[in-house]
Amino acid sequence: MTSIGTGYDLSNSVFSPDGRNFQVEYAQKAVENGPTTIGLRCKDGIILACEKLITSKLLVPGSNKRISTVDRHIGIATSGLVPDGKHFTNRAREEAISWRRNFKDSVPVASLADRMGSYAQAYTLYSSVRPFGVTAIVGGADDDGPALYMIEPSGMYWGYFGAATGKGRQAAKSEIEKLNPTELTLLQGIKEAARIIYVAHDDNKDKEFEIEMTWVTKDSKSATAAATGSKGMVWNGWIHEEVPKDLLEEASKEAKKALEEDDEDEGDTKEEKMDEDL
Amino acid sequence: MNQFPHGWGRPRDDVYGAYDSSYLNDSQPVSHTQRPIVTGTSVLGVKFKDGVIIAADNIASYGSLARYNNVERLLQVGTHTVVGAGGDISDMQYLHLLLDNLLIKEQYPADDHNLYAPQVHTYISRVLYQRRNKFDPLWNSILTAGADPKTSEPFLSYVDLKGTTYSAPALATGYGAHLAIPILRKHVPDEEAVSSLSQEEAQKLVEECMKVLWYRDARSGVNYSWAIITKDGVTTGNKEIENQSWKFAEMIKGYGAQNI
Repeated sequence: MTSIGTGYDLSNSVFSPDGRNFQVEYAQKAVENGPTTIGLRCKDGIILACEKLITSKLLVPGSNKRISTVDRHIGIATSGLVPDGKHFTNRAREEAISWRRNFKDSVPVASLADRMGSYAQAYTLYSSVRPFGVTAIVGGADDDGPALYMIEPSGMYWGYFGAATGKGRQAAKSEIEKLNPTELTLLQGIKEAARIIYVAHDDNKDKEFEIEMTWVTKDSKSATAAATGSKGMVWNGWIHEEVPKDLLEEASKEAKKALEEDDEDEGDTKEEKMDEDL
Repeated sequence: MNQFPHGWGRPRDDVYGAYDSSYLNDSQPVSHTQRPIVTGTSVLGVKFKDGVIIAADNIASYGSLARYNNVERLLQVGTHTVVGAGGDISDMQYLHLLLDNLLIKEQYPADDHNLYAPQVHTYISRVLYQRRNKFDPLWNSILTAGADPKTSEPFLSYVDLKGTTYSAPALATGYGAHLAIPILRKHVPDEEAVSSLSQEEAQKLVEECMKVLWYRDARSGVNYSWAIITKDGVTTGNKEIENQSWKFAEMIKGYGAQNI
């Protein structure tokens, strides 16, 4: 730690002699402690999921949302500093509305991700600002089908089949890699996402948490989605909304059960080993 | 070189003489919209027992020319509201954009809260009134129709380019205010009469009024859109005016190349 920074980390936009921008790296560190947040690009839509640790029993269940609707067809999940995430999604909402005004069309996901990438990058350039302490997972769908992007504090963004950020990202990533995104459906994806959040949570077992999960789908059954289809409204047929409660509860229950079974198996092998040792 | 940046890119005074900027100093006052350009005609709305019916034809006129014949003037806003607009079509399209954005912003909180007809009507009336105070009105007269999803209480209200609003069991804008309202009021003179008007009767009534308007309003069209809003939501459709009889036309004299 002694050599870290050495004076080159005090101001934004200043390179160190070996070509690093420390303020950006520190921002990334802020995200590494954030809540585990994942995005899955399925065959027929997108799933965004977030592990929310319950910091107080006084909080209303489901409050302090970290996944927001940006436009009818796009959602953003952020991990890291909550206010930074709010500002970031607000900017995305403005971009989406401005796209509508200019082009009378829904903003393509790639275009929104590009603009938000540029926006995040601009905050690495000036000494008067600091980089965003968030990684944002942008999920949506357009005429080219579902699309998923992850934007980092540096402004770097890539398109993904599955993205993970926050505390449990390593565990989540290795779980996502086992999936087959070209075959995965939304209904399977909900279960996988819940399971991955549970697996990634494993390390800090004692803390209670809830899962926040949204999807981008073409066949939503909710009333808002039905009314959105009205002639004259600008809409591409996809809707970003919370995953129906019954589906989420079922997925959570299954995930919990699967994890407990895994634990039991591990426990058995350990006991056997101990027997051998004895 | 001319060191003053405002002179860059302009004709040189020493070559072309001083720039004549007199056209910029217009002594006329600033003026905004003075009249509508492409227009839609009447919108009709009637409350009935469990809901509301609203109708508007599909013509957009350019002056007296029937310029477009496939214009949708009814817009569904959310689950239980339909907005019908008469007057300037481009102003109507701008209002549709505002309402679209309003709905999107309503979805941000994801709190299961929705906008219904009273809120939509108030929003539109505030926009129109604000614009008239800027002396740049949106040149429309608008009916907002809806039903409460829980109580099925029908809602019907009017707002015009000046921001004037009022409600009645039967409403019509434009020419319909003169030709249709007297017919509608015979059937629903007051709120009490609403509860004894069935949906079928209301539909018949609107059909009849649209026919009268087709006969007598030179800016009307033969095809119209209708929407019925009950507590179960919105159903929409298109219709062509049926059972026409133009016998009375023989009696009309005084126009065109006729030998009187």
